[in-house]
Amino acid sequence: MYDTGKILGGLAIFVVLITAPAWYALATGHRGAPPKLELPAGADGKHCIESSSFMRAEHMQLLDDWRDSAVRGLDRDYLAADGETYRINLSDTRQSGACFRCHSHPAQFCDKCHAYLGVEPYCWDCHQRPGEK
Amino acid sequence: MKALVSLAAVLVLLLAAYVGVHLGDLRWLFGVVVPYFAAAVFLVGIVVKVIGWGRSPVPFRIPTTCGQQKSLPWIKQDKLDNPATGWQAMGRMALEILAFRSLFRNRETVLRDGQLAYRTNKWLWAAALAFHYSMLIIVLRHLRFFFAPIPRFVDVLTNVDGFLQVGVPGIYITSFVFLGAVTFLLARRLGWARMRYLSLPADYFPLFLFLAIGCTGLWMRHIDKVDVSQVKAAVMGLLVLAPHPPAVGWIFYAHLFCVSTLLAYFPFSKLMHLGGVFLSPTRNLANDNRARHHVNPWNRPLPVHTYAEYEDEFRDRMREAGLPLDKE
Ligand code: HEC
Ligand code: HEC
Ligand code: HEC
Repeated sequence: MYDTGKILGGLAIFVVLITAPAWYALATGHRGAPPKLELPAGADGKHCIESSSFMRAEHMQLLDDWRDSAVRGLDRDYLAADGETYRINLSDTRQSGACFRCHSHPAQFCDKCHAYLGVEPYCWDCHQRPGEK
Repeated sequence: MKALVSLAAVLVLLLAAYVGVHLGDLRWLFGVVVPYFAAAVFLVGIVVKVIGWGRSPVPFRIPTTCGQQKSLPWIKQDKLDNPATGWQAMGRMALEILAFRSLFRNRETVLRDGQLAYRTNKWLWAAALAFHYSMLIIVLRHLRFFFAPIPRFVDVLTNVDGFLQVGVPGIYITSFVFLGAVTFLLARRLGWARMRYLSLPADYFPLFLFLAIGCTGLWMRHIDKVDVSQVKAAVMGLLVLAPHPPAVGWIFYAHLFCVSTLLAYFPFSKLMHLGGVFLSPTRNLANDNRARHHVNPWNRPLPVHTYAEYEDEFRDRMREAGLPLDKE
């Protein structure tokens, strides 16, 4: 007695599941390139708080450090690596460190990248973003 | 000694990634060639192996049962522990695969007051369950790198896993359950003389490899962060056959190299129990030996000589000898 049919059926299911991402990408044509982000222009457009490569990898860490520094250490000044000082804030776009002062359309910047990578920060449950109430 | 060999092998893998990517610039090798090769070995290896299993005959049913067999109608059958039909056997298999029932039954023998005693030992079961399920969730979470757009259930799973909201980016519960379980499984082999005696490098190596994968993963999420969007772009590039290695630090390449090693090692190792568990002969066959005839597939087709034919052949001589006949 052989169960070849059943075993090959199971194997086929396994192969389809394990290769599903490739078929999905090829079939839908979503090549998965990173989204085009809207970067700040004009006077704000020179550079970010830290270098762009640092920000891409570490901005969540920076925000976390800022939170500790502002809320626990009562220190709202951040000295960047290039010697410039920024006023720590999340929502008040008059403050020099507010991300949204320069990145004024988070939907075209933060959200796009986050959606691409499946990141859903819960910070905006409390903190306000421009254009939202 | 056997453990040290395995540990050394894993350290060499990490060192290779460090030397290759941090000191040299072998990103194409570690980021494209090796992953493709590993994925191919993984897929082809598993397919070949399982086809080989599929061509093997089904063994004679081995009734290692833990309950009452189907019998007279007024005797209650234990349907899950002693299945009589294929569906009941599937129930037993489902519990085996989803809940590790055989491990749940794990007993250990101890000497108590000079007497031999048995007691249940659920640690292995609990650690194995924690390990496998956290790994499943971790693998599913990683699907965010393999799909664009990301399926909703992956986001939901990620949020549930990260619901403690500790730190930024938040920790995942499964990361720590996974590392804890692997550490326990390793300590079990190392710290217990009986287990140490039984363990081979092939037992230690996957555990050290999982530890290395988990630690490098946690390291680049929480300590030395990498640019995740480049990583995703590179993964998607591999998927749509437009590969380009990401320009990120060596720790990512160490992670990837360990995963590649795991994939390439998989079909040749004990990890093939991923497929093998479905074919456990003592679990997936109904105990119906007495109800259904088992035909051994390699039996030669023998010419059958029934008694009726025998009597036809020798009727005259049998009558002469005065033997009783069925048919006169
Ligand atoms: C002074 C204006 C300014 C502020 C304030 C600012 N940014 Fe930027 N940011 C920029 C500019 C300009 C760039 C593009 C830099 C470049 O391309 O070199 C950028 C780039 C980035 C990038 C990298 C994007 C990419 O794809 O290269 C990230 C991530 C980022 N910013 C996050 C933040 C976060 C988070 C904050 C708040 C903590 C913040 N920025 C505050 C001006 C700013
Ligand atoms: C439960 C509501 C809540 C959530 C969620 C929350 N915060 Fe806050 N955050 C606050 C409050 C309240 C303050 C204090 C404001 C003050 O003292 O002026 C604060 C202050 C801060 C500050 C100091 C700067 C400022 O704007 O006052 C930073 C930075 C910050 N939070 C970052 C974050 C980040 C990053 C997240 C997400 C990971 C987050 N917060 C999530 C409530 C929240
Ligand atoms: C280049 C892509 C990119 C851009 C642009 C970007 N982020 Fe992020 N962000 C990430 C990644 C990646 C993570 C989380 C890392 C992970 O989960 O692996 C993250 C995490 C965060 C977190 C922590 C959330 C958590 O739950 O872990 C906060 C807060 C955050 N980003 C804020 C911002 C803000 C504010 C902006 C816009 C000013 C921004 N980010 C722009 C990629 C980006």
